[in-house]
Amino acid sequence: MTSNLTHLQQLEAESIHIIREVVAEFDNPVMLYSIGKDSAVMLHLARKAFYPAPAPFPLLHVDTTWKFREMIQFRDRMVEESGFKLIVHVNEEGVARGVSPFTHGSALYTDVMKTEGLKQALDRYKFDAAFGGARRDEEKSRAKERIFSFRSANHRWDPKNQRPELWSLYNTRVKPGESIRVFPLSNWTELDIWQYIHLENIPIVPLYYAAVRPVVERDGMLIMVDDDRLELKPGEVVQHKSVRFRTLGCYPLTGAVESEADTLPQIIQEMLLTRTSERQGRLIDHDQAGSMEKKKQEGYF
Amino acid sequence: MAHQSELIEKDILAYLKSQEEKSLLRFITCGSVDDGKSTLIGRLLWDSKMVFEDQLAALEADSKKVGTQGGAIDYALLLDGLQAEREQGITIDVAYRFFSTDRRKFIVADTPGHEQYTRNMVTGASTAKVAVILVDARKGLLTQTRRHSFLVSLVGIRHIVLAINKMDLIDFDAEKFRRIEDDYREFAEPLGFSSITALPISALNGDNIIEKSVNTPWYSGPTLLQFLETVQVEDDRAGQPFRMPVQWVNRPNLDFRGFCGTIAAGTVRPGDEIRVSSSGLVSRVDRVVTMNGDLDEAVAGQAVTLTLKDEIDISRGDMLTVPEAAPLFTRHPEAHLVWLHDEPLRPGQLYLVKSATGITPGRVTDVPYAVDVNTLEQKQVTTLGLNEIALVRLELDRPVPFDPYRENRDTGSFILIDRFSNATVAAGMVSEAVELESHKAQLAELEPETGSAWTRRISLSELSATSLNVVDLTAEYGTFILEAPITLLAHLEKGNRVLFRLRDLGQLPAVALLAYEHNLAFEFDRTLEGISVLLFKRGNLPQDKVDSDTGTGI
Ligand SMILES: Nc1nc2c(ncn2[C@@H]2O[C@H](COP(=O)(O)OP(=O)(O)O)[C@@H](O)[C@H]2O)c(=O)[nH]1
Ligand SMILES: [Mg+2]
Repeated sequence: MTSNLTHLQQLEAESIHIIREVVAEFDNPVMLYSIGKDSAVMLHLARKAFYPAPAPFPLLHVDTTWKFREMIQFRDRMVEESGFKLIVHVNEEGVARGVSPFTHGSALYTDVMKTEGLKQALDRYKFDAAFGGARRDEEKSRAKERIFSFRSANHRWDPKNQRPELWSLYNTRVKPGESIRVFPLSNWTELDIWQYIHLENIPIVPLYYAAVRPVVERDGMLIMVDDDRLELKPGEVVQHKSVRFRTLGCYPLTGAVESEADTLPQIIQEMLLTRTSERQGRLIDHDQAGSMEKKKQEGYF
Repeated sequence: MAHQSELIEKDILAYLKSQEEKSLLRFITCGSVDDGKSTLIGRLLWDSKMVFEDQLAALEADSKKVGTQGGAIDYALLLDGLQAEREQGITIDVAYRFFSTDRRKFIVADTPGHEQYTRNMVTGASTAKVAVILVDARKGLLTQTRRHSFLVSLVGIRHIVLAINKMDLIDFDAEKFRRIEDDYREFAEPLGFSSITALPISALNGDNIIEKSVNTPWYSGPTLLQFLETVQVEDDRAGQPFRMPVQWVNRPNLDFRGFCGTIAAGTVRPGDEIRVSSSGLVSRVDRVVTMNGDLDEAVAGQAVTLTLKDEIDISRGDMLTVPEAAPLFTRHPEAHLVWLHDEPLRPGQLYLVKSATGITPGRVTDVPYAVDVNTLEQKQVTTLGLNEIALVRLELDRPVPFDPYRENRDTGSFILIDRFSNATVAAGMVSEAVELESHKAQLAELEPETGSAWTRRISLSELSATSLNVVDLTAEYGTFILEAPITLLAHLEKGNRVLFRLRDLGQLPAVALLAYEHNLAFEFDRTLEGISVLLFKRGNLPQDKVDSDTGTGI
C-alpha cells in the first residue's frame, strides 16, 4: 500500500486516460492549442499518451492576430519539436472588417476573433471532439462543467442539461454536426500545473518569466507594447519595467504583473505568496457578473 | 493556501520537493437542502486560503446582491457557480472544488440535497472515497440522510463523516449531538461502513472545521480538516490481481505494438504472465513503456503502455489480467442500476452499454426487484424511473469482461446510453454474472472405434464456434488423437492461434500429428505452470486490427 500514487501522478494518469479515450472513440479529434502553460501541459500529456507514436490528431490554434510575438515563435518551435501537425485558423471576416481590441472593445473583439473563429474552424474541419486546456478551478461556472462537455450543432453549451459523468466512463456519443469539448486538465489547479511543469521540465513561453519589457499603464493594468499597433493614448508613456505574465492571450488584453521572478521556482514561489487569482489579468472576465458563463453558453471555450 | 509560507519564502526548492509526495483525496458532501453543504465547502476553501483577493471582492459584491446573510459574506456563493442557480438560491448540479494542504490535495464534489437529485449524488459519489454527510443539528436524521447514506454505500464509499452542523443554533449541546450520533450508528450498521466519524460543527462560524472549537470542550476528536488530511483510504486495488482494460492499441510501425490502458488493479512487471479476456490466450509482458523511460513496475491507477513477448491478437474491448484470476467474461451480468433520466427504462429495448472496455449493445431483460431508497425494502416493479434503483439482469450482444463492483469500481461499473438521444440514462454496478460461461473449450469425447480401443479421439469441434482459443489437456490421461474440424482450420487460416496446455510431454505427439496433417506450425513453451504449445498457420500471422478498433460493434 506504500505504492499509492502522488497527486500529480494521479492527475497525469487521469488526463492520459481521457486523451486516449477520445482517440479510441472519435473519428476526427483536434487539440486546441492556445500556447499558454495549460496548453503546454496538455500537449506534453498528449505526447505521453501515445509515446513512442506521435499523437494521432492535429493541433488547432485560433489566431486572433493579436497574440504576443513570442507566443507565435514558441508555438512554431514546439510544433517542430513535437511533430504535431498544426492548423492555424484566423477569422478572415473579422480581419476584413478591421475588428481589433481597440476599435471594438474587448467583448465584441473576443466574440468575433476567438469564439467565432473557433466555431468556423470546427465547422470547416468537421472535428467531432476538441481538447481544451480549461481547468475547473479557474472560474465558478467551470466548476460544474463535465470533462466531456457536449456541444450542440451550433456549439452551444447547456449547463442545465449536461450528461451525468460517472467513474471514468465517458459518454462520447454524438450525432453528425454535434461535438464534445474535452477537458483533460479539469481536475488540475494552477499550482498543480506549475508543479508539474517544474517536475517534468516542460518548456513554456518566455513571457511567463520576468524580464524588462516596454509597458504602458491602461485601465489599471500593465499592457505590453508588443508591436507598433498599440497606439498610445494622451498621457500614456512607455515605461520599461521588469514584468511577467501569469496568463497569456492577446497582448492588448493581457495584464502584466511587476515581478523579478525569472526562474520557475521563483514563479511558483510568487504564485503561492500572492493573493490574486490568475484570471484577474484577463480583461474579459470583468465585463459583467456571470460573464464567463454567458460566453461559454455561446461557445467561447 | 494552508501551506508553510515560511518554507516557501526561505527555500522554495525544498518546499517543492516536499510537495511531490502529496496524496490526493476525493470526497463528496451530501445532505438535505439548506443543511449547509455549500457553506461548509466555501469555508474549507476560505480557511485553507484558496480564495484570492479578487475573488473575495466579487464574493463580497455578490453577497450584498444575492446573499442569504443579510449582506455579510455568504460562503455558499463561492460554490453556487451557475447564474441560474444563484438567482434561485439552490445548488442544482454537481460542482467540483479544489483545495490543498501540505499533506493532501482535495477534490470535493458538492452535490445537491434536493429530493429528485439522487442522480447528481450518485455521480459525485462515483469517484469519491469519503462522504461527508451533513445533518442539521436542530432536525436530526431525516429521510434524506438515510437515503444519502444508502446511496454512498451502494456506490462503494467506505468512510463516513457525520457532520452535525449548525451546532451554534443548539448552543453546542453535547447531549443532542450524541443522540444524533447514536441514532446514525444504529441506522448505518447494516450498511457496513469501515468508519463513521461524527463531528460537531458550525460551517458558518468555522467551529471544528480547521481548528478545534472552544465551544465544544466535551469533544475530543479531530476537526474536519484533520480527519480529511489523515484518513487512510485504503487503496487496496494495488494488492489485487492485475487488471488492465485495453483502451487503445498503439501501432506506429511494424516493430512496435503497444497496449495502452489504465491499470485497474494490481501491479505489472516485465516478465509477468498475462491473459487476454476474450481469447484466453496467454503471453508475457515484455516492456512497460512510458515517455520517461521503461518501468520496472507499474501499479493500479497508472496509465501505461505494455508490449508483449508474443504477437497475439488483442484489441480495445479486451482486458489483460493475471491468468490465475480471470475476470467474469459474460453476456449476462447482474447489476444494480440507478436510473438517471426522465424517460423510464424500457426493458427489452437495446441500449449501449459502456464499460471500462468500451461500448457493447445490450438490453435489460429482467428486473428482479427495485430498492426503496428510503426504507431499503425490495419491491416488484416493471420499469424504472428517474432516481430509482433496482437489481437488473442484462443481456449483452457479446461477452464483456467485468469484476464484481464491490471488488473493483473501475472494472465493475458501466453506464447505459440511449441509442437515439445519446443521453446517459443509467449507471450500473455489477454484482455478479448470472451464469458463468465456461472459458474453456469443450472437449467432446467420441466413442472409441472398434479395433482401436486404446486410442481415444478428442474432437475440437467447439473451438472455432466459440472463438475460444485455449485447449486444456492437463486433465487428460492416456493416449489420444486430436480431431480438427474444418471450422477450426478456417479459424487458424484467419491468423488465429490456439494454445494447448499439456499435462506432460507424452501428449505432445498428438498435437504434433495434428500440425503435421494440416500443415500447421507450433511453438513449444515450458513455463512454471507447465507445458504449452501454440498452434498456428505459418505465414498467416495475426491480422493488424488497429483500424477496426472502434469497439462499438454497431
Ligand atoms: N447558524 C448557522 N447557519 C448555517 C450554518 N451553516 C449553514 N448555515 C446557513 O444555512 C443556509 C443554507 O446553507 P447552504 O450552505 O446554502 O446549504 P446547502 O443547501 O446545503 O448548500 C444558509 O443561509 C447558511 O448561511 C451554521 O453552521 N450555522
Ligand atoms: Mg448549496
